[in-house]
Amino acid sequence: MASNRPKVEDLHLVNLTKTFGDFKAVDNLTLTIPAGSFFALLGPSGCGKTTTLRMVAGLEEPTSGQIKLGQEDVTNLPPYKRWVNTVFQSYALFPHLTIYENVAFGLRRQKAKDIDNQVKAMLELVELTTQAQKKPQQLSGGQQQRVAVARALINEPDVLLLDEPLGALDLKLRRQMQLELKRIQTEVGITFVHVTHDQEEAMTMADTIAVMNEGKIEQMGSPIQIYEHPKTAFVANFLGQTNLFEGTVAGIEGDELAVKVKDVVFHVPLTSTEIRSGRIVFGVRPEKVKIVDQGKTGLPKNQINGSIKLTAFVGVSTQYEVITNWGQEISAFEQNIDPSDLGRPGQAVTLAWEPRHTFVLDPDQDLTAGLDTSWDE
Amino acid sequence: MSIAQESIIAKPVKRRFKRTPYLLILPGIGWLFLFFVFPLSTLLATSLQKPAGISPDDGYLPAFKVSNYSSALAEYYPQFFRAFLYAGIATVICLLLAYPIAYYMAFRARKYRNLMLVLIVAPFFASFLLRTNAWKTILSGDGLVVSVLNSINLLPQDRILNTSLAVVAGLTYNFLPFMILPLYTSLEKIDPRLIEAAGDLYSPPSQRFWKVVWPLSLPGVISGTLLTFIPASGDYINAELLGSIKDKMIGNVIQSQFIDLRDYPTASSLSFTFMAIILVMIYLYIRKAGTDDLV
Amino acid sequence: MKIVKLIREKTLQVFSVLIIAYLMLPLVVIILLSFNKPKGRQNTSWNEFSLDAWTNICRDQTICSSFATSIKIGLLVTIISTIVGTMISFALVRHRYRGRGATSLLIFLPLATPEVILGASLLALFLNIFIPLGFWTILLAQITFTISFVVVVVNARLAGMDPRLEQAAMDLYATPLQTFRYVTFPIALPGIMAAALLSFSLSFDDFIVTTFNSGRVVTFPIYIWGAAQRGIPPQVNVIASLMFLGSLLLVLVASVISKRRKALYT
Repeated sequence: MASNRPKVEDLHLVNLTKTFGDFKAVDNLTLTIPAGSFFALLGPSGCGKTTTLRMVAGLEEPTSGQIKLGQEDVTNLPPYKRWVNTVFQSYALFPHLTIYENVAFGLRRQKAKDIDNQVKAMLELVELTTQAQKKPQQLSGGQQQRVAVARALINEPDVLLLDEPLGALDLKLRRQMQLELKRIQTEVGITFVHVTHDQEEAMTMADTIAVMNEGKIEQMGSPIQIYEHPKTAFVANFLGQTNLFEGTVAGIEGDELAVKVKDVVFHVPLTSTEIRSGRIVFGVRPEKVKIVDQGKTGLPKNQINGSIKLTAFVGVSTQYEVITNWGQEISAFEQNIDPSDLGRPGQAVTLAWEPRHTFVLDPDQDLTAGLDTSWDE
Repeated sequence: MSIAQESIIAKPVKRRFKRTPYLLILPGIGWLFLFFVFPLSTLLATSLQKPAGISPDDGYLPAFKVSNYSSALAEYYPQFFRAFLYAGIATVICLLLAYPIAYYMAFRARKYRNLMLVLIVAPFFASFLLRTNAWKTILSGDGLVVSVLNSINLLPQDRILNTSLAVVAGLTYNFLPFMILPLYTSLEKIDPRLIEAAGDLYSPPSQRFWKVVWPLSLPGVISGTLLTFIPASGDYINAELLGSIKDKMIGNVIQSQFIDLRDYPTASSLSFTFMAIILVMIYLYIRKAGTDDLV
Repeated sequence: MKIVKLIREKTLQVFSVLIIAYLMLPLVVIILLSFNKPKGRQNTSWNEFSLDAWTNICRDQTICSSFATSIKIGLLVTIISTIVGTMISFALVRHRYRGRGATSLLIFLPLATPEVILGASLLALFLNIFIPLGFWTILLAQITFTISFVVVVVNARLAGMDPRLEQAAMDLYATPLQTFRYVTFPIALPGIMAAALLSFSLSFDDFIVTTFNSGRVVTFPIYIWGAAQRGIPPQVNVIASLMFLGSLLLVLVASVISKRRKALYT
């Protein structure tokens, strides 16, 4: 069946827009998802990622724009005519059918040959052979999730869409399934488009991440790219945590820009920005910030003094909130090598980080974008 | 033929017009228009007809005799009043009887609730007429009930049958399940943890009921009272089988006007008046209580 | 404090049992009197035990023929209104279309209309267009009010069904027709069956609407009504008892089956 079809193609979304009444859920989205990649659409709830997914699946009609699989324009095709399958957030397993029949469903509708062998092979792949005759209600959440994946995958679609499939699982199981899905994708070579609000999940699994906010894509790239070099405050704040500083350019020193924040001077690589004067906003991630002994030599160039406000021992690391003399809070994460060395609240410390770990953001934007989304769902 | 070139003009997507829902509702809605809406308009026309001759056998002629309404109402307003009174009393009693059992089934009787549901619905599997008639046996003069009540002098007329008490009792019996089921459905949906939370916040049992359970059960109370009151007020079987001539309700009048007296204009005008009153009642009731879904 | 709670609980329990007994009381009387040999024509008080009514159910031919008529009408009404009502229910729950609110209203109105008026208006219609009253007018009348009941029951079942199941089916290459056949219909089936059963009971037991539109045709309830004044023969009690016990059995069997199914899952 799939062997008769041409090679898997790139997925193109062209000027895709979806409005519900006055509300623009997806705003003029243009995106190319390379064939065979594991692609994540990451964003907070309400950003339009699920709507985009549903439009690709054919379950939602775009208001305008196009969806193309390779050269084929599928925009107007109903879902049962597209070589695209979905793993639903709530799994949507057919309660009146056995696991076997659930998995076989797509093949039966296509009147495929040799269904039995294919179903058996797929059940083995997801390790559910013994559950074949049970009904979905009899299975655990993790098992149901695997059935949902099996049911979609068995049809060898060009694109597999996953709508936050791991949301209902507990932490350990979720971690397990993340690796499982990644393994399956690498083996099978199908394009996976994974929608999630969990940035850790996206970074673990995806080759490419597109960060979405309010119907638009803020930034797209590999996990390392967008994490280390966020282009907007939203991306900086939504992925992991960030310390942001507002300052003015003081001058150029060699291959670095000197920036004055209150009465402290920081350095930022010239290559990270085009700004040469005036206002500038830069950031550094907490894990790059260390607590240092002020006297020592060879310390990182960017330094700031403050006192510890909060200490949180998380296990793998200790998270510090340090407050500067002008009242700004800076986060620093120290890897847990010697827990007996913990700083205490009230303690005066010096924080330091390398200039090359800094990234620069456009000063004319909402610097709080992307915060407070960790509370949702 | 690059993607970029095509993407300059964003194409609006063809909207697929769905014929399906209209095809689906066509037979049913068509039927209802033909056999419900249209007949009601015929009824309206009939209510305005005038007699062609002296006797009903002479038939009726199309006319615009609005006075049919006023004369019918003037003559039969006691039966209207009685119908609403009896139905109202029966509804209130039903509510008082139904609420505890619905509450019990919803919150306490885990194991037995399905059995109880079956038993409550079971009477519907036996003929409505026979059930009502059976009360004749139970409430008969030489039966146990009457004898006991008489011995403690509770009965003003020394009997129950052929009194308004019997009619109301009959109405209550027949429509009790209509009150229990919606109440149960509504109560069953209430998360018991809400009641627990109220208790955790220092609410005594009576308050927990009135402030938490009762308001949340209101949709059920509303459907239950409507489902009881409306058919009860139009009923004539209970009055016919269990009551005396003095207990005739508006349903009896309409029935006899149509079937026995063949005074179609009077019967029709009474029907429409009745229907109008019911609809106004429903509207006001629902407005006051506030529900959005009709079905 | 605990004792107060206990008393309250016990009272609730006893009260509920009493209500059930109250609801069952006339049924017990009906069944008991089927075994009665009445003194005169009136079968209202106990005389002596006899199986006569059970062994000679159709001695009075009218009883059995009216029963047969009611069954015939019941089956036809059930088939038609279940199909028509289910279709409307699907349109209401699964589709968004202009006129959805109006459809809902039109379905609701017959439920809010007292039976006297339903019966009377149809009578007026049939009289004015000179359709002879009889089997077919009864059929037409009963279908008219059962449709709304079917819609309500099937709605309840459909509304509780996850619409994403149908989306999943389409995602898995099922055309809309196939989706209906393999997913929607099987899952909705219990609701449709319940609606059909309800339709049948409403039709079989209907008196008021039927009596307005029956002409000379005698259905089972019409027979009972006619006999009520003279005296209802115990054979009627026999039939009623059989129908009652039969339906009860059906419901109990159905619930045992579904309990067995559930037990397989846990």
